[in-house]
Amino acid sequence: MSTRGDKGIIRIIVVAVVLALLLAWAEGDLAFIGIGPWDAYFVRILNLAAINAVLALSLNLVNGFTGQFSLGHAGFMAVGAYTTSLLVMTPQMKKTVFFMEPMFEPLDRICIPFLPALLIGGAVSCVFGVLVGIPALRLKGDYLAIATLGFAEIIRLVLQNVRRLTNGALGLKGIPHVVNLWWTFGVGIAVFLFFRGFVRSSFGRALIAIRENETAAELMGIDIFRHKLLAFAISSFVTGVGGGLMASLLTTIDPVMFKLPTTFQILLTVVLGGMGSLSGSVIAAFIVTFMTEFLRVVEEPIHLGVWSIQGIPGLRMVIFSALLVIVVVFYPRGLLGNKELTWENLSSPVSRLFRRRVAS
Amino acid sequence: MLELQDLRVSYGAIEAVKGLSLSVPKGKIVALVGANGAGKSTTLRAISGLIKAKSGKILFEGKDITNWPAQKVVKLGISMVPEGRRVFPDLTVYENLLLGAFTRTDKAAIARDLEAVYRLFPRLEERRGQLAGTLSGGEQQMLAVGRALMSDPDLLMMDEPSLGLAPVLVQEIFALIKRINESGKTILLIEQNARAALELCDYAYVLETGVVALEGPGKELLRDDRVRKVYLGEQ
Repeated sequence: MSTRGDKGIIRIIVVAVVLALLLAWAEGDLAFIGIGPWDAYFVRILNLAAINAVLALSLNLVNGFTGQFSLGHAGFMAVGAYTTSLLVMTPQMKKTVFFMEPMFEPLDRICIPFLPALLIGGAVSCVFGVLVGIPALRLKGDYLAIATLGFAEIIRLVLQNVRRLTNGALGLKGIPHVVNLWWTFGVGIAVFLFFRGFVRSSFGRALIAIRENETAAELMGIDIFRHKLLAFAISSFVTGVGGGLMASLLTTIDPVMFKLPTTFQILLTVVLGGMGSLSGSVIAAFIVTFMTEFLRVVEEPIHLGVWSIQGIPGLRMVIFSALLVIVVVFYPRGLLGNKELTWENLSSPVSRLFRRRVAS
Repeated sequence: MLELQDLRVSYGAIEAVKGLSLSVPKGKIVALVGANGAGKSTTLRAISGLIKAKSGKILFEGKDITNWPAQKVVKLGISMVPEGRRVFPDLTVYENLLLGAFTRTDKAAIARDLEAVYRLFPRLEERRGQLAGTLSGGEQQMLAVGRALMSDPDLLMMDEPSLGLAPVLVQEIFALIKRINESGKTILLIEQNARAALELCDYAYVLETGVVALEGPGKELLRDDRVRKVYLGEQ
């Protein structure tokens, strides 16, 4: 028993060290021994993938584990992104950006470090989550989806129209580019580990019970509404943090970014990975992010010897949708269903392969 | 132990329970029998706090628990095996049982009750790591009963425990109900299988369209002409 535990700890340390070395290499922190950094474009995709994983995990907590179909994700992302951005932007930059109408006092002079700003972004998003959740979570199924969708649109329209706070449709520019792989992967891993502990706790089991059968869950003595609301609050906090990271990575945000398609892309990631599978969400986030980038090839002109094909803008979305249909047909519950990727089920096919080799 | 006084429950404009009064004495098995729509399930749902009563009183050991939220009712010591089993299919047998003890915090006592449930249903111990959705109907029913016992209730309510089970299993379930009762739990049971229920119970109420039509010790009701004609299908 103790040796198994030791093995687990060693495994975790090895993975952590390897990951840290890889990140350091990619970031260029190992440049003093002459390797790295990696290609900036590739690093940017990695950053995007990690942020998408954070967003997918937080949506999965509500939609996958608790079984409450929410479509308000983009709204909470927007709250986190705007809050974080407004707190970290320098006063000079704010003056430049808010050229139509000046910004509210005293926010135009406030400028704080990124980490507290990110956490405040999450907290504000969480407050919005609770405010939206209290009325919306009394609804079920399609009605909940429509209500949360409506709230997200309201948030977006408010952002678009309170010009002295958000600069309206012009959006924000010049957000300090603080995030790097350490930030995105750090937050991603922290969120993953927290969620893993959370869903394995009795609280997490209660959420799954609510998803499986609300009446029976109520009969177990689970306070349905409180549990749903807490899941929703945690999810909107993490979503807000994800939005803040995204804002800092892109350095420019505007209200149009936070329309329904954004929610949809996250939802697609969650469905692809498997509703109720944390590792599934992470894997799917990387697949989706990398595919949307690498499929850009098909939109550029291709020369095949004598033929040359004109690039068709938007074609990658067509291919993407087709792939999604294939996945949904062959893996209706997503790539991982509601299972998790563990060392055991990861190593068993590999070790089986080796055993067969030895036998033959 | 449990007493209903002139309980009325309605779904919108339709009144399902129309002034029901009954009492469940400690340590007994009490059965509610009656046709579909007689208001049996509605009564249990009102006691467990799943729906609100329109008027009347629900007293548990002298305490007025009318319209208490479900989680408080469970904590007080009333638990229910819902109709159609309703186990959590994507959780393991063990996790289902743990959820039954959701309102409790005493780990040692929970472990002791888990052992007791496994003793009562050895099949559940064999399959503790299996997903509840993969169990057979009878095993799921056992799990639902075991799960309800995990809250260590004083009063166990069962809604149609024999529904959809093979005749052999029905007998097994009824024997188990007897054993649970002998271990000190008071039982309030709903059954469509009137003969089996009347044979098992100490006292029974026959419900018709939301009111008590007949009541008496189970064995006596079995001899009642009206009951034999309407509920046992005898000529």
